[in-house]
Formats: sequence, structure tokens, C-alpha cells
Amino acid sequence: MRAANKAATAAARQAKVDERGRRRNAARKARRLMEKKADSMPVVELRGPKQERVVDAELVDPSPHGGLVEVFQQRYLLRLIVTRQLAQMYAASLLGLLWSYIQPALRFVVYFAVFGIILRTHDSTPNFALHLFTGMVFVHYFTETWSGGTHSIWNNRTLVLKMRVPREIFPVASMVVAAYHTGPQVLILGIACALLGWHFTLVGLAAGALGMAILICFSMALSLTFSALNVFFKDFQNIVSTFTQFLHFLVPMMYSYSYIARMGQDHPWAYQLYFADPLAEAVMLMQRLFWAPTLKPSQYAHEFPPDLWERGFIMLAVCAVMLVLAQRFFSRLEGKFPERL
Amino acid sequence: MASESIVVDHVSKDFTMQYHRTLKQMAVATIRGLPLKEHFRAVNDVSFTVEQGESIGLMGLNGSGKSTLLKLINGVMRPDEGRILTRGRIAGLIATGAGFHPQLSGRDNLYLNGAILGMSEPEIKRKFDEIVDFADIGKFLDTPVSHYSSGMFARLGFAIAIHVDADIFLADEVLAVGDKPFKKKCMAKMQEIRQQGTTIFYVSHASSSVRAMCDRVLVLESGHLNFDGDVEQGIHYLQYDDDEETKEALADGELGADV
Ligand SMILES: Nc1ncnc2c1ncn2[C@@H]1O[C@H](COP(=O)(O)OP(=O)(O)OP(=O)(O)O)[C@@H](O)[C@H]1O
Ligand SMILES: [Mg+2]
Repeated sequence: MRAANKAATAAARQAKVDERGRRRNAARKARRLMEKKADSMPVVELRGPKQERVVDAELVDPSPHGGLVEVFQQRYLLRLIVTRQLAQMYAASLLGLLWSYIQPALRFVVYFAVFGIILRTHDSTPNFALHLFTGMVFVHYFTETWSGGTHSIWNNRTLVLKMRVPREIFPVASMVVAAYHTGPQVLILGIACALLGWHFTLVGLAAGALGMAILICFSMALSLTFSALNVFFKDFQNIVSTFTQFLHFLVPMMYSYSYIARMGQDHPWAYQLYFADPLAEAVMLMQRLFWAPTLKPSQYAHEFPPDLWERGFIMLAVCAVMLVLAQRFFSRLEGKFPERL
Repeated sequence: MASESIVVDHVSKDFTMQYHRTLKQMAVATIRGLPLKEHFRAVNDVSFTVEQGESIGLMGLNGSGKSTLLKLINGVMRPDEGRILTRGRIAGLIATGAGFHPQLSGRDNLYLNGAILGMSEPEIKRKFDEIVDFADIGKFLDTPVSHYSSGMFARLGFAIAIHVDADIFLADEVLAVGDKPFKKKCMAKMQEIRQQGTTIFYVSHASSSVRAMCDRVLVLESGHLNFDGDVEQGIHYLQYDDDEETKEALADGELGADV
């Protein structure tokens, strides 16, 4: 008992000595720092009396909380980030923006040659080139949004570390950049459609709008989620780049819907799995807008699922929920960004 | 009528120090029973209120949490506990250098930073020449900022921040890299905005300039706010003048590690 007491007293004394030592060390450091730095900054005195400044604002939490909504309130900043990002992408390149067409164009030629000519899908799918190109344009938009978004926070880390910005602005900027690259492709698509006898239908337009809405919600949800995850583990950018390589094969563009429908007869679960992908649904809706009106109804009657619209609306609802969840997830992680970058 | 400009209410900020990044490292560490991560409290239960127009000197040793506190006030980081409220536009520079995009030119960064700090397009255009004049970086305006000297980097950052017409201005030790004439110009400019009633947070180890610039001093010691009050007393407190033992130790010529 007494021994224990003794030990405790000794420990307390030791702690006191340690504490005093620590404080003495700190004091020494402080004093030396002060001595060394005392005159390191020039002295400029205040001239004249201070004025009263009336700040016409509420007391608010300084950190950004508005999420995507705040991004769209700061459109000027968004525009600056997008234009700078575009300028930066082509800063040291002779062909510049042309590069974002050369690659898709080559890929188109290869796919068309392999599937259209060698495998002869060209025969069973009328206007196969248009069928293929519609899919490629929107898959391209999707992959660019997703992979660009995934890298976006990390690429802009100098800003995220020092400045107060709604961080969702970087994934959103990637989406705008992707749209900027896809725009001219859509124009080419439009011209091709016109040449092949496209005509306007309200149904087609509705399908296009629905498809685009699904695409935007889905790509934004993924891009928000992965941009946040990528701050913590760089593995996610590799996951995305691996995955995007397969996407072309997972949507009905090199082959038409009827192939999948035939597969569905033997493997119903594979069919369901295939169409659980919002991208596949969105691509079909876009084909309903661009490709179908160039044909006679009898030609495309079997090239869309009977429940195209029901699936479309359900998918949009699912993607909207995913977007809300992704925003929540992003907001929870973003507080840790500055210390992890 | 004075009004609160900054309210800091029982604020704490923890950092997680992750020791192992790959799965293999984590597995090895778990087997050996080593900690995977550790929490470190950089700002510990700090509370204070600043009135509009006050000029605060924030002092403390290296690593005492000054920059972290400024990041919390400016909204870059969020406190883990407690809450922070601010009124009006905040500008300033935190921990050596502005938030610049290294590959972009000085001009692009100027626009980008201005917009992030809340300036509108016409406002930036109007102040553009003034900012460039103040930064005095000459023909380097259109070269990427990664090619700037650290002094030029700081000049441009300071020039933008000070021209934002903010209600709260935060100045971390960014000016440490500037040369004497530029430092002088910056201090004069800061006095000017101080006179206009801007709330200023000035981090510095230079007691004479804190004396000239500030109305009040806060001293942080390993995350704790241990002093809040008059400038002279704050500087006195930091020098531990009342601590007899330090004096003795110093008299012995037994000097500690360099800082
Ligand atoms: N991202 C981070 N992760 C882990 N620890 C961090 C991080 N940022 C800062 N710290 C730690 O927090 C403490 C406070 O750092 P801070 O930069 O606020 O100090 P400071 O008072 O500004 O110092 P100085 O006078 O050197 O500028 C330090 O011990 C630092 O190591
Ligand atoms: Mg610091």
C-alpha cells in the first residue's frame, strides 16, 4: 500500500518535471523564434482613424454546404473552370481539339468493319452505321464524364486545399467538358440522320429527353461518388479506366436489341442483368430518337423492348435517387478532402 | 454599432494520420499489432468572438495549429466539434502560397482566384490592372505559375486577396518569402484595409509588426487557446518572461533545438 503510494507520488513528481521540462523547452523555442523573427516584418503604423464598416450579411457557416445547387449559383466560376480545363487539355498539342474526334472516328471505323462487314450485323440491322454511331456518341459522353469526374478533385487539389469552393464544381465541370466534346459529334449524328431520311416524331423526342435525363443523373452520380473515393484511394481511377473499356460491349450498339432478346429466351436473368444497366436503357432511348425515325416502323418494331418506356421511367427514378445518395456521400467525405490530398 | 464578424464556439479539429496506404502494408501492420491510424487534435476546444473591424494577431510556435484554425475560419476545413460562424466575404492567404493551379498562367489564375473569392466578372475586369500593378510580376503574367519564383507566387496571391474588398482578411505567414520593399507595401495595404474596417487575422512571429498591426492577440499552444487579450500582454506571454526557470536556462547558455 505504502509502496504503491510512493510510486504514485514519484510518478506524479516525474510528470511534473516532464511537464515543466516540456514547458521550458517550449518557452525556449518561443523566445528564440521571437528574437529571430522580431523584426522580420517591416512596421507600418495605422494612419488616421479607423472607419466603421457595416457588413450587410448574416452570420453563416463559412464552409460550403449547398452541394450541386451552389455550383449552379456560381455559373461564372463554373465557366472559368471549364474553359481553363479545355485550354489546359490541349495546351501542348498541335491538333488540339481534333484529338477528341480522331479517336472516336477510328474506333467507329474499326467497329463498323468488324461487326458491320465481317460479322454482317449490317444485314440484319438496317442503317447499322447510325445504330452504332448513336450508341458510341452517348457512351463516349458517359465515359468521359465518369472518368473525368473521377480525376477531377485530385487534379484540382491545389484549389481544394486552399480555397473555399463548392467541391462538386469539379465533377460538374468535367461533365460540361464532356458535353463540349460530345456536342460536335451529336451534330455529325444529326447530319447523318438527315441524310438517311430522319423525320421528327414527338415520341422520338420524348425518348431522347428521357434518355438524356437518365444519362445525366447516372453519370453525375457515379462521377461524384468516384471523385470522392479517389481522394482516399487512387485505385478507383484504375477501376474506372478498366471498366470503361468494356462499356462499348455492354450496350446494344454493335449488335441490336433483338440479339439480346434472343439471349433472354435462354437466360432470363442475364437479360434482366443486362438491362439493369441504366446506360443500356439510355442508349436504346437515344436510338429511338436518332436511329428509329430513319426506318419504317415495321423495321424497328422488334428492335426495342416492349416495356421500353416503363423501364425508362423506373430507371430515371432510380438514377435520381442514386444522384441524391451520391450527393450525400460526397458531402460526408468532402470535409476530409483537404487533409487527405 | 459593432457586430460580430467571427464566432468560434468550442471548436476542435482532429487529423487522422494514416500510416499504411496499401492493403499489404495494412495486413503486415495488423499482424504485428501496430496502429493503423492515429488521431491528432490540432485545434482543441477553442472559443472566441471577433467584432467587425478588429485586428487579431495570431501567434504560437510552429505546429501549434494556427494555419489549421485559419482554414477552419475560411471554410476550407470543417470543425469536428463545435461551430464557426462568419459574416461577409472572406479573403486571404493561408500557409505559404495561394490556391493556384500550377499549369495555368498567372492571368488565368487571377481570374479563377478572383471568382472563387466571390468577385463577379466585371469586378475582376475593373480591378485587373490594379492587381497586376500591385503584384508587379511584369511579363510573367502569361507564363504558368509553376515557373514563378516563390516570391512572385506570394505577390500575385496577396495582390488578388487584398483587392477582393473582403470583410474578413486572413494573412498567414505568406509574406515571409517576399522581399523587404514588397513586405512594406503589403503591410501598408493591410493597414489601409484595416482602417476601412476590415476584420484582420494576422499570423506572424514578428512581435514589432504584430504590435503595429493588431488590436488583440491570440496565442495558440499545441491546439489550445491559452491567451486572448491585449497585444503587449500577449507578446509578453509568448516570451514567457515570468518564467524564472527559462531565464536561468537561457542564462546558462543552454539553447534548445533550432526552430
Ligand atoms: N493534413 C494533415 N494531416 C495530419 N496532420 C496535420 C495536417 N495538417 C496539419 N497537421 C498537423 O497539425 C498541426 C498544426 O499544423 P498547422 O499547420 O496549423 O501549424 P501552424 O501553427 O500553422 O505552424 P507554422 O507556424 O509552422 O505555420 C501540426 O502538428 C501538423 O503536423
Ligand atoms: Mg502555418
